[in-house]
Amino acid sequence: MEEEWPLPSRGRVGMFSFIAAEAAIFTIFVVAYIFYMGKSLTGPTPKDVLELPIFSTVCLLSSSLAIHLAIRALRNGKVRAFGSWWFVTIALGAFFLFSTGREWQHLIFDKGLTISTNLFGTTYYSLVGLHAFHVTVGLIFLAVGMIFALLGEVKPEHSERAEIFSLYWHFVDSVWVIVFTVVYVIGR
Amino acid sequence: MASEAIPLNAAPSATRPIGDRLHDWVVTVDHKKLGILYILYGLVFLVIAGMEALVIRIQLMRAHSDFVSPEVFNRMFTMHGTTMIFFVVMPVLFGFATYLVPLMIGARDMAFPRLNALSFWLMAFGGFLLYFSFLGGNGLYGAGNAPDVGWWAYAPLTARAFSPGHSSDYWTIALLISGFGSIGTAINIIATTLSMRCPGMTLGKMPLLAWLYLVMAGMVILAISPLTAAQLMLSVDRYLGGHFFDTQAGGSATLWMHFFWIFGHPEVYVLVIPAFAFTSEIIPVFSRKPIFGYPVMVAATLAIGFLSLSVWAHHMFTIGMSSYANSFFAITTMAVGVPTGIKIFNWLGTMWGGKIEFTTPMLFCVAFVFQLLIAGLTGIMLSAAPFNWQLSGSYFVVAHFHYMIVGGILFSIFAAFYYWYPKVTGRMLNETAGKLHFWLMLIGFHLTFDVMHIPGLLGMPRRIYTYEPSRGWETLNLIVTIGAFIQGIAVLIFVCNMIFSYSKGPKAGNDPWDAWTLEWSTTSPPPEYNFATLPVVKSRRPLWDLKHPEDPDWKYE
Repeated sequence: MEEEWPLPSRGRVGMFSFIAAEAAIFTIFVVAYIFYMGKSLTGPTPKDVLELPIFSTVCLLSSSLAIHLAIRALRNGKVRAFGSWWFVTIALGAFFLFSTGREWQHLIFDKGLTISTNLFGTTYYSLVGLHAFHVTVGLIFLAVGMIFALLGEVKPEHSERAEIFSLYWHFVDSVWVIVFTVVYVIGR
Repeated sequence: MASEAIPLNAAPSATRPIGDRLHDWVVTVDHKKLGILYILYGLVFLVIAGMEALVIRIQLMRAHSDFVSPEVFNRMFTMHGTTMIFFVVMPVLFGFATYLVPLMIGARDMAFPRLNALSFWLMAFGGFLLYFSFLGGNGLYGAGNAPDVGWWAYAPLTARAFSPGHSSDYWTIALLISGFGSIGTAINIIATTLSMRCPGMTLGKMPLLAWLYLVMAGMVILAISPLTAAQLMLSVDRYLGGHFFDTQAGGSATLWMHFFWIFGHPEVYVLVIPAFAFTSEIIPVFSRKPIFGYPVMVAATLAIGFLSLSVWAHHMFTIGMSSYANSFFAITTMAVGVPTGIKIFNWLGTMWGGKIEFTTPMLFCVAFVFQLLIAGLTGIMLSAAPFNWQLSGSYFVVAHFHYMIVGGILFSIFAAFYYWYPKVTGRMLNETAGKLHFWLMLIGFHLTFDVMHIPGLLGMPRRIYTYEPSRGWETLNLIVTIGAFIQGIAVLIFVCNMIFSYSKGPKAGNDPWDAWTLEWSTTSPPPEYNFATLPVVKSRRPLWDLKHPEDPDWKYE
């Protein structure tokens, strides 16, 4: 039997299933955030303390473009271009994480908002923190990829793997669009 | 097609030291070994949680009993429920999935063998953590040890003030960790069924078991994840002083109910769809007919999967939702009955006019079909919101869901054990002991759970540790307890049969049931690589085609 027997790539199927599970987890956290909007018994409120993190949002979203360009370069055999774009992805993601850290420092030390202050604090730190945790995990994987790239171990035949990882990164970025809309636009 | 195993290692495994062989089991990534580990792990917890059930039943056997204290009683029903769902039925079902799905679709392993091992050990660790709470749950407060908040752990009972010590944290983290394992296995099952099928096996030719596990895995992903999220929130509340479910700070106890049942109700279907899967494989073989209505069976399963995601609040009719919400959840709940009914007719249609052989697996399947019907009917009764207001939180509900889980799911799991044991071990289970197990189980089951409906209708609430003698519940509870012990004896016979037949049972051969799916084409037990050459299939019953080249199935499909 020499007929072709095409099956979907197991990596892709697995990653999409994983993303579905992650999406369900984020949905529950977003629902909790929306459910508790404006229900805090004490201050501070989102209006008092939150500022639009526009620059870091732009950074995170453009990292999706950077990783896409990295993988396209790898598929075309341009290993050096891949390394550069991969590095840009890491830099943008790391800057986003740094901005979140700065924002939290400001909220905790200047505004006195912690996770146990009120319902806003609880839901805000949980939702944004869950997202930041996913960014951190993504950055760890990206860093491992970067080490391999620097050692010259990344070859065009690895583009499939990099692409499957990039699905995760795109997912984390798109979750931020929802978190941004809910927390900083609607919730404020 | 593959028939003989080729020994890969020069030294046969039996002569190697026991430490090495145990080490093989710990580091294994083989789907068959992991499947067996899952199942053995589930069976150990089945015995533990079964004994907890017997403690509950002894306590309720007569009025004003003081066999255990109220505190211990609370721990017993919490641990019984949590263990049975998460550490008995889930691992056993996942065990059958990891063992059977690759064999039935003609693959050499799961899509991600290492993820498979990780998932098993995560789940195993979760179970050990839950039971470690008996030792470590006290904390510095001298509070109670094991979790005692009920298996659904309603807020605010789980708040620090009402649940001091660490018992609730052990519950939370055990479920969180085993949930990660479940999600991992579900991802693996989906990737395996979609990406590892042997040449020729299109989705429409896949065995029903693989199809149903695909749907089950999809539901695990959509149902367990909300539980994971809710457990994270509960941990934030308990450790970081959050207010998700803290009613003092404006938090909502109802939100926990919603989140829990968004997991909790689909979970029932996660458990029952594999039961449907076993039945759909076993009934055709012992009726000597192909399954009746294969495409309808698949469609009905997908319909159940879809509908069951929108029924969760029928657990919450008594909390006072709007009449629109009540109507919505009553209607969706009743609607789930339709595809389930279709399945029952399909199994009956398969048996109709067949040459039925009443072997032990078939007996369990027939009992399954009828008990599933009755459990479904009391489910329809409870889905009517006004009726539910009367009986929610009573023993009627307890009887209903045990009818589903014991009479439905456990019976079909027993059928699966008798049916696939020859493939896994190479030996047949003793048929006489099997029949004895079946009849004792059947009598014990009906004594316990038919009768249990009545104290519920008479107003006996669930989770009470004792009751007044004047209520007229005593005789009924005594009968229920006697039935529980008969079931205990039946399970004991089953366990002895499994142990005894492992070395003494008659040799099974490759295909003892004259069955039609691919797992029976390889040796019993299968070699590590499953198939020497990957099979190529042309129909839903590849072994029928092989055995009857003059009249193959693929001419008609």
